[in-house]
Amino acid sequence: MFHTAVSANDLWFLAQGAGWTLLITLIAMVGGTVLGVVFGVTRAVLPGWTTLPLGFLLDIFRSVPLLIQLILANSFIPILGLRATPFAVSCVVLALYTSAYCAEIVRGGVLAVPQTTRRAARSLGLTWWQDMTEIVYPMALRVMLPSWIGLTLGVMKDTALVGWIGVIELLKSSQILITRMQNEPLFILMIAGLIYFLISFPISRLGARLERRFREND
Amino acid sequence: MFNYTFHWRPALNALPQMLQGALVTLQIAVLSMVIGIAVGVVLSVFSSSRNKLLYGIYATWVEVARNTPALFQIYMAYFGLGQLGIRLDSFLALLVGITFNNAGYLAETFRGGLRAVPQTQTRAARSLGFNAYEAFTLIVLPQMFRAVFHPMTNQMVWAILMTSLGVVVGLNSDLTGVTQDLNVRTFRTFEYFAIAAVLYYLIAKVVTLGARLIAWRLFRY
Repeated sequence: MFHTAVSANDLWFLAQGAGWTLLITLIAMVGGTVLGVVFGVTRAVLPGWTTLPLGFLLDIFRSVPLLIQLILANSFIPILGLRATPFAVSCVVLALYTSAYCAEIVRGGVLAVPQTTRRAARSLGLTWWQDMTEIVYPMALRVMLPSWIGLTLGVMKDTALVGWIGVIELLKSSQILITRMQNEPLFILMIAGLIYFLISFPISRLGARLERRFREND
Repeated sequence: MFNYTFHWRPALNALPQMLQGALVTLQIAVLSMVIGIAVGVVLSVFSSSRNKLLYGIYATWVEVARNTPALFQIYMAYFGLGQLGIRLDSFLALLVGITFNNAGYLAETFRGGLRAVPQTQTRAARSLGFNAYEAFTLIVLPQMFRAVFHPMTNQMVWAILMTSLGVVVGLNSDLTGVTQDLNVRTFRTFEYFAIAAVLYYLIAKVVTLGARLIAWRLFRY
């Protein structure tokens, strides 16, 4: 007969961890998307060489492991003489990290709108702002949305790393339980994995479906 | 504001050690990519199989690999398999975890790539006397690799970034592990990890550049 020492309290502990995971994901996605749209549109609209420094900066966020970025930020804040909780550090780092990927998605989306369409809009008398909001935005959204959903899931999974600097999110809380109970790591990890899967799988399905539908209507 | 004196010299003195670690990082990444590509090809073949079991293996592998964190997969290899009596050291656990992840993502990439190769290619090969295996390996696969080369490069960079997770299960020979060891000894966290970040950036750039050169050499007409 299957016997386990995992109690309802422990499950609640894991659920709380999952709550932190979702909260960090939400904050990182909101911050990262706002910054990413600004960076991405800048990169797409201005001539290439003027945004080269920005491109380089964003490339750094995409080429250095997130774990290292977290450790660096966490050790740099006391150097500045400031104080921040690990939670705040994680949110800021993840938001910047997200913005680097989001900028690439937005840039690709804006550039995917054909030049001719935009010229047509402008010659019909639309202002630059109207062109951006009425023409480019709806057309680019179809290109961007599936990747953006993918990014959200990616960030959700990447929050697993913030446990290293001391935020007790889902994976870290499973780690704590494993250390406490010693002899059933597999079962506890399976529960944590199942929670991740239940969050991620439906959304990834939704993303795949949107992508197919957008492609059909092209 | 700056009540802190940076000590770069000891960190720079540790550079040879860290470069040694970078080599291990690259080794793990390459190894996990090579195995991941092999498994990924097999899985992508399973994806069009009519056999329920084979399709089930493909679907389970890909969905688990893509819908759970890489760190979770490494934990599974390290703690989870340990409970089943398969004890892996941190190096092997990291390798198994990343390879599992790579294979899952690559299988999906390959599935898309296989669809980009027209059916007529297989039929033409078969009518020229190739058997099914030859037609797949000699005609379809090379064309598929051309289509998926760029996503594969991205996956390689991902693999390099993922190797940094080894430190969480106690690996101390890769770049992050070596850096962490030095950090624990000196508590000059920022200096050491800043150098590690630069090294990771350089590795990623060199790999991207190298892949571009290989693509140019292999795929030019």
